[in-house]
Amino acid sequence: MKCGGFRVSYESDERMFDTRLPVIALVIFLVVLAFVPRFAGTYWLDVLNRIGIAVIGALGLNILVGFTGQISIGHAAFLAVGAYGTAILETNAGLPFYVAIPLAALLTSAFGLVFGIPSLRLKGLYLAIATLAAHFITTYGIIHWESMTKGVLGLMVPPATLFGRPLDSDARIFYVIFALAVPAVLFTKNLFRTKVGRAFIAIRDRDVAASVMGVSLYRYKLLAFVISSFYAGVAGGLMAHHSRILFPDAFTLLVAIDYLAMIIIGGMGSILGSVFGAVFMTLLPEVLKLTATSLTGIYPQAFGAIASARDIVFGLAVILFLTFEPQGLARIWVRMRSYWTLWPYSY
Amino acid sequence: MSEHVVFMLQLIISGIAVGGVYSLMALGFVLIFKASSVVNFGPGELVLFGAYVSWATILQMKLPLLLAFPLTLAVAVLLGLVIERGVLRPLIGEPIISVIMVTFGFASVIRGFLNMTWGSDTRPFPVLFSQEPFRLGAVAVSPVHLWSFVGVMLLLGGFSLFFRWSLTGMAMRATADNQQVAQSLGVSVKWIFALSWCIATGVSTLGGIILGSVRGGVDFSLAELGLKVFPVVILGGLDSVAGAIIGGVLIGVLENLSGGYLDPIMGGGVKEVAPFVALVVILMLRPHGFFGKAEIERV
Repeated sequence: MKCGGFRVSYESDERMFDTRLPVIALVIFLVVLAFVPRFAGTYWLDVLNRIGIAVIGALGLNILVGFTGQISIGHAAFLAVGAYGTAILETNAGLPFYVAIPLAALLTSAFGLVFGIPSLRLKGLYLAIATLAAHFITTYGIIHWESMTKGVLGLMVPPATLFGRPLDSDARIFYVIFALAVPAVLFTKNLFRTKVGRAFIAIRDRDVAASVMGVSLYRYKLLAFVISSFYAGVAGGLMAHHSRILFPDAFTLLVAIDYLAMIIIGGMGSILGSVFGAVFMTLLPEVLKLTATSLTGIYPQAFGAIASARDIVFGLAVILFLTFEPQGLARIWVRMRSYWTLWPYSY
Repeated sequence: MSEHVVFMLQLIISGIAVGGVYSLMALGFVLIFKASSVVNFGPGELVLFGAYVSWATILQMKLPLLLAFPLTLAVAVLLGLVIERGVLRPLIGEPIISVIMVTFGFASVIRGFLNMTWGSDTRPFPVLFSQEPFRLGAVAVSPVHLWSFVGVMLLLGGFSLFFRWSLTGMAMRATADNQQVAQSLGVSVKWIFALSWCIATGVSTLGGIILGSVRGGVDFSLAELGLKVFPVVILGGLDSVAGAIIGGVLIGVLENLSGGYLDPIMGGGVKEVAPFVALVVILMLRPHGFFGKAEIERV
């Protein structure tokens, strides 16, 4: 019986899927996903859309923090640049969304490149503080560049149109979001089979050793920022179309912390973990909301306590995961899976 | 004095007063970092906690000040112990990102807890000093600012003496310098870690009380002030107590001056961002700050 990874060639080591089962599961999952808008209500479609966007954003952050080891507290700023970039390109330059989102993502990449420059001189804690400062400077720019961003008044985003049909409902935007989220997952999976991805991991594990092995630290660190912010740019562009109105308040430091929490709770340096984390963090407030609604009969103040309950549960989740399961939900998943494959001879 | 000079002096003086509070927060931050190399990303929530607890003891429970202050401090010290024991000790030796995130985590728990207990409305803070400003030449100084500054300086002076001369203070410096050597000399490193957190929450609470009485009210925007601690400690050096004190005052003055002179040109809000611009500049030019040890690992 096959037990654990048994790889005898480079070819098998590089394969994206070890067995046929995950491929079949993925196909079934995609087919189910394609039919979801037919029977899901607007509420759950909205939640699913937010999950899709969060998956893209979390993948981007995980590439930077989980795989390359560069701590960034500036992810909300990347999302903001992507969102505002998309909105401005569409309203001011009149570009269709399928041109505006990639362009805005490229713009975010350029922005990420600038953001990443401190990483060439600083690391660890100091980089975290530098990105924190960059976050505040970016939000300041967005709030005060009123001619472009409308500042705190909010910037309206017209609905995207595809083949002459406006994508104005949750069901229609759903397909756009998942048409980007699914390839994003696969692209990331593939990235870590390539030279670039392995260079990232080498830098995370020991930068000096990586440099000795011929990995150019400058190039790959900046590349990690560029790729990561590209994802954030796409996620931001989708946020613009999902919420259709942009406020600077949607991109506070708390958003950056939420994304960090996603990859911590999901699993740092794990692609599946980014997905799990995005699902967990998006569902958490919804579950609390549902619990509060069902409790209002017995305890009428329950609804008012949601915001504070969310803060407490969120904080506790981060603390408990870091203390008891630092590798996150992805690790729990692997453990569960190996328990069933090895059953009844699990150890 | 010309009007221009008065305007500038006014900005500098209120900057120094606010900067004093930043110094207090930075002192707490530096203590924790020196002793246990933990970076606390939730200094604002500690300040908020202190401000709310003192509000509750003075106005809600209507205790006399002499009873309310020690009680508030005791609660704050207890919070420090809980954080150190429950949250940070299990993470000794974990990667920096975990430690950073766990501080965000407990900050979130504190925020949620305060919100749940006392709600998010602005609470009027007891007026501890008279509001009537007195004149120093042409410059008006409000007693709140003056007394808070005097209070902060006394505290900081007290702490300098404590670190310089007391046995515990020396043990703390020894631990900060080299944990293993300190331990082999009989210093209980665990106790020092706990103590540094207690002092940090204690001084943050005092900062909260002072900020509350300077602003005349407590609300959740106090927590955002906490992040100003980063420009301060980067300017002064992450591991320097003197740097924290001087850095706090400098950042306070800087943000007031930039707010006073640049706001009319750039349309407001410069005050909030100027310290962070300074932070980036200092990080790029002199990452260990002006008083810190130049031990930064270069990439």
